[in-house]
Amino acid sequence: METWSLTALSVLLGLVVRWSVSLNSYSGAGKSPLYGDYEAQRHWQEITYNLPVYQWYFNTSDNNLQFWGLDYPPLTAYHSLLCAYAAKLINPDWIALNTSQGYESPAHKLFMRTTVFIADLNLYIPAIVLYCFCLKETSVNKKVSILLCILLYPGLILIDYGHFQYNTVSLGFALWGVLGLSYNWHLLGSLAFCLALNYKQMELYHALPFFCYLLGKCFEKGLNGRGLALLMKVAFAVVASFALCWLPFLTDLEQILQVLRRLFPVDRGLFEDKVANVWCSLSFILKIKNILSPRTQLLLSFAFTVLALLPACIKLTLQPTLKGFKFALVICALAFFLFSFQVHEKSILLVSIPVCLIISEVPFVSTWFLLVSTFSMLPLLLKDGLLLPYIVTTLTFLLASVTVLSIHEKISEEALRLKAFFLLLQVHFPGLGVWTNAINYFFMVSVAVMAVVTFMSSVLIPPVRFPDLFPVLVSSISCAHFMIFLIYFNIVYLWDSQNKKNLKKTC
Amino acid sequence: MAARRPAGGSGRFWFLALALGVSLLKCLLIPTYYSTDFEVHRNWLAITHSLPISQWYYEETSEWTLDYPPFFAWFEYGLSHVAKYFDKEMLVIQNLNYSSKATVLFQRFSVIFTDILFIYAVSECCKTIDGKRAKQNVLDQPAFILAVLLLWNFGLLIVDHIHFQYNGFLFGLMLLSVARLSQKRYLEGALLFAVLLNLKHIYLYIAPAYGVYLLRCWCFTACKPDGSVRWNSFSFLRTISLGSIVCFVFALSLGPFIVLGQLPQVLSRLFPFKRGLCHAYWAPNFWALYNAVDKSLSIIGMKFKFLDADKIPTASMTGGLVHEFQHTILPTVTPLATLICTFISIMPSVFCLWFKPRGPHGFLQCLTLCALSSFMFGWHVHEKAILLAILPFSLLSVKSRKEAGIYLILATTGHLSLFPLLFTPPEFPIKILLMLLFTLYSFSSLKTLFRKEGPLLNWPETLYLIGLVPLEVVCEVIYPLTAWNERLPFIPLLLTSVYCAFGISYVWLRLCVAVLTEPTAMRHRKDH
Repeated sequence: METWSLTALSVLLGLVVRWSVSLNSYSGAGKSPLYGDYEAQRHWQEITYNLPVYQWYFNTSDNNLQFWGLDYPPLTAYHSLLCAYAAKLINPDWIALNTSQGYESPAHKLFMRTTVFIADLNLYIPAIVLYCFCLKETSVNKKVSILLCILLYPGLILIDYGHFQYNTVSLGFALWGVLGLSYNWHLLGSLAFCLALNYKQMELYHALPFFCYLLGKCFEKGLNGRGLALLMKVAFAVVASFALCWLPFLTDLEQILQVLRRLFPVDRGLFEDKVANVWCSLSFILKIKNILSPRTQLLLSFAFTVLALLPACIKLTLQPTLKGFKFALVICALAFFLFSFQVHEKSILLVSIPVCLIISEVPFVSTWFLLVSTFSMLPLLLKDGLLLPYIVTTLTFLLASVTVLSIHEKISEEALRLKAFFLLLQVHFPGLGVWTNAINYFFMVSVAVMAVVTFMSSVLIPPVRFPDLFPVLVSSISCAHFMIFLIYFNIVYLWDSQNKKNLKKTC
Repeated sequence: MAARRPAGGSGRFWFLALALGVSLLKCLLIPTYYSTDFEVHRNWLAITHSLPISQWYYEETSEWTLDYPPFFAWFEYGLSHVAKYFDKEMLVIQNLNYSSKATVLFQRFSVIFTDILFIYAVSECCKTIDGKRAKQNVLDQPAFILAVLLLWNFGLLIVDHIHFQYNGFLFGLMLLSVARLSQKRYLEGALLFAVLLNLKHIYLYIAPAYGVYLLRCWCFTACKPDGSVRWNSFSFLRTISLGSIVCFVFALSLGPFIVLGQLPQVLSRLFPFKRGLCHAYWAPNFWALYNAVDKSLSIIGMKFKFLDADKIPTASMTGGLVHEFQHTILPTVTPLATLICTFISIMPSVFCLWFKPRGPHGFLQCLTLCALSSFMFGWHVHEKAILLAILPFSLLSVKSRKEAGIYLILATTGHLSLFPLLFTPPEFPIKILLMLLFTLYSFSSLKTLFRKEGPLLNWPETLYLIGLVPLEVVCEVIYPLTAWNERLPFIPLLLTSVYCAFGISYVWLRLCVAVLTEPTAMRHRKDH
């Protein structure tokens, strides 16, 4: 069959899965008085449509910030405004000031789901398709397989179409940024990434690799001539796009500060709920939140985050390659997720999407990671009543990756990109046998454990003494996985033999 | 479509992947809308579970009385014993329209699980496809394409897993018996078909094909060199074995009711001729065209004062919404007339099957033609009955270019005519996406399969099929926004069914011509 029809079939399959998931319930459905993220998004439409810009981020009589106050950057607000105009056309009740609070109806659900679908279809999916087709050194069949797997990644589908959020917008912009950099359109890339940043501040997890890569490119071209020009141009693009996004708020310093206060609520603590990062997992043993002062917590998390991402960032700055850029994206996002301050369980998506990008490099581990990342959100999905779609989409993804990517065959040292590292290991510790076949068993054990925990959390009632037993289990298991993945990705990136060869050639 | 695996896919691996993939998709469709058929089947569960056999065909608390043959009732009886572990309340007859979460899950999963029979049947059918065309790429092999066309069939997906019915395992039985016949395991095939008939009597439509084929190929053991039957080769032993199997199955099914003296009651439930000529939504068949002609004539007549407006029955103007459609100009059609039309239209294909035996290929052609003829001329035909023609014809579509072309028209038109089944807004994107998925796949895969033999469709056919797109856009997007939608809400349904009726009629004609004109010489070789 022709490439285009294979591509279209993959995209259609992805869309079918997306829309079927969207028929399920959303977060906070019928849960008065606070509801969930669905109500938050609807509320923002109401706020942005009915209130003047300068009141959006302030607590007023009409804008109670305690009830899902706007806490995302301006681009989210504009998007809400756009949706609100559409809503107004269909049914003004949906966004009526104050009276529409907690509005729920099948028609409204359909409308909200459609807005996500449209955003996805226009931003995220084209970016993924383009990305898969610019992959080098792969056959058409392989490109389509990768496309299918990325499109079927359950985590994003479940959060956006089930739980209800617009992650595809911010992640889509970030992907366009990656695309821009891979086609050497540095300005366009930085512009797209700035839009991503201005849609969700969590995109900061990806900011360092972008910065380091572009900086590295400037160094490569020589800081005196073309490099400097590039640096200036990129800096200008960043400043200009930020200024454009923030234009309505630039009238007053207090406005800017208030928006920033809303974006970075430092006083909300080290972590919320049960999230699969290091601090939360540690706190099951050691109550860090109680022992250390908030300031120390902030410093501690900052220090660990920097330590975890520093090696990758340094290497990227010195050798700005595309492959390295993708790995650095994974490592930085994962480091932020594991160690930084105030992390949400949904932030794992910021790691997952870069992992999707390296699915062609390390298919086995990437798929594994993507499975674990979906599993780490299980408590949230259970709360939203998304157990069935969670199981089905996860199995679909597993099936797709086993059949079209044949991940189970890609566990040699070469395929895992660990050859260089193992060679080094054997030089220093002769006699140390390394056997990669075992990794298949680890994978199966890991999948089995996830299946068992999923079963337990959905069926069994936790003992009275430990009401949070299952969420704790889920997050600590996922956290252990993520730590190992972080180490693995670091090893693969830092010992990348291909880069060394290239270096030798250039020297 | 899950198995987009390059060369070297080992054994049944890709088939399993396809089957698993579509089963997962079915699970995803669980929360979708379901029609009143859901309540129908729940009611039957309750009837068979809580009443003795003697009451099964008399119970009428719900309007959805049991109107399938006894084996299906037994099937529901078996299911009900699993259902009680999900939710006992669904087995109470008085709980009309009961649909707890557990009930929905149980009913949906029962369809998905019984589809295993369908999956098995498809795998058997794929084995009958010869691997002569074996290519490097699994994707381009006829057996793979056939598996996708059957397993991922759009019509079956939406009718069974969204609209809610149990066609999957029934079609499984049908395909399995077809596969057995082409493997020359005739008695097994006959047994399966007899069981199928006692599960759902709609398969009577294709019974003539089975009867003639079995008589010709099983009861007569030899042919003359020119392909005609050698009368003295009639085998009594074979005929008796065949007859006893069929009679045994029917005795098992209808026997208890004959003993109870309820046979007339059972039959009156199975064949309700009290219903109208056409279903509420006209199936795209000959009668849809007939009604449309009648209606346009009456409108023209009124406009030019040929007709007296007072004499026209008012019900006819809301046609499509009422069950009884009264013709104003053309003669009103009686059940007997449709029966005769159906009989006559089936005849040519059955005669060909007898006089020009062409092995399994000819049998399949005849079977499709039987199904299609009854669809075209039958009394109170449901639009879903088109699947009876589409599914067996899929087997032929991978065999020759000409049939691939006919299949594409039949499947696309037939599937589009199923669209009105799903009218709820949340399911709108699903039906469009699934339809695109299936249609795109069938076109591109069959085109690739026969790329060396030229195009599959000529330009009028292509134009007709492209016309389906604006038709759908007008009917489901533009028309509901216009002011006419309030006054004449049935226009989109009417347009769809008339437009599709042209396509189906064309396919029927082409198929008739193909069966009648195809030379006998070719399958001589196949037969011997």
